[in-house]
Amino acid sequence: MSVPGSWYLILAAVLFSIGVVGILTRRNVLVMFMCVELMLNAVNLTFVTFSRMLNDVAGQVAVFFVLVVAAAEVVVGLGLIVAIFRRKANVTADDLDILKG
Amino acid sequence: MMLATITTPDLIVFVVSGAAALVGALGVITLRNPVHAALMLVMTLFSIAVLFVEEQAQFLAAVQVMVYAGAIVVLFLFVIMLLGVDHSDSGARDAIRWQRPVAFVSAVLILLEVSVLARTRWATGAHSTTAKLTGSGAHVSELARSVFTTYLAPFEATSALLIIAVVGAVVLSRTSRNRSPVRETERPESVGGSGAEEATLGSTPEVRS
Repeated sequence: MSVPGSWYLILAAVLFSIGVVGILTRRNVLVMFMCVELMLNAVNLTFVTFSRMLNDVAGQVAVFFVLVVAAAEVVVGLGLIVAIFRRKANVTADDLDILKG
Repeated sequence: MMLATITTPDLIVFVVSGAAALVGALGVITLRNPVHAALMLVMTLFSIAVLFVEEQAQFLAAVQVMVYAGAIVVLFLFVIMLLGVDHSDSGARDAIRWQRPVAFVSAVLILLEVSVLARTRWATGAHSTTAKLTGSGAHVSELARSVFTTYLAPFEATSALLIIAVVGAVVLSRTSRNRSPVRETERPESVGGSGAEEATLGSTPEVRS
């Protein structure tokens, strides 16, 4: 018998929390973006686990779509980051305050 | 007692790749150098791919390695190389002093919330509503059949999404070579004028300071 699904769910929850900590504590925009990927992967692991537990393929289809959306998100997000870096060198998230009134 | 029902190879695979995923994730959020963080991210993504194989999702494991480890992290590394490694993310003071404690508290709260949800009846869905994951080796064909029949409309929507993302990336990363002369001639007569043009990212003169 394989490892019970709850173990995978716990692992995914811990990975998600680590991603949250990274987003809230790191200030480099690229590393924050990597933490978003981490959280997406944690949720993907949850989807696959539920797919196995419920014996249903829909979870894997959801992961498939998450992968596509993550790829599109990375393309646009990194384009934004490059566009910001072109204006200001040495950007951390705290420096991006041009919307401040 | 529960451990006795798990076969040893499964347990070893889960423990090793789960530990590697956790170490990689901790590395992403602790290492100062963004290149090291990206490499740790590769480790986590690869471990999750191994876990996908362990959960009989072979196609997703292959796609995970190709798309995430192969494409997305390479894109990250390209951008890091393009922009130069930024060491300014050291232990410098945050703009908001209580940001770091609040981050840990909220992460613990999220973990607790997920645990509470997991203790109750989380798997209330009906079994095999879309299609069964029957037998070994049949998963890929089941996934393909679902994607191309039940989920055909979302699948086509993702192709549109990818096209839009590509166009958006091209527009964002285009240098405003042919726009700047226009702006130079425009600026004297309408100083505070064209708000719509200035609202676009990359053509805001004030940002350059």
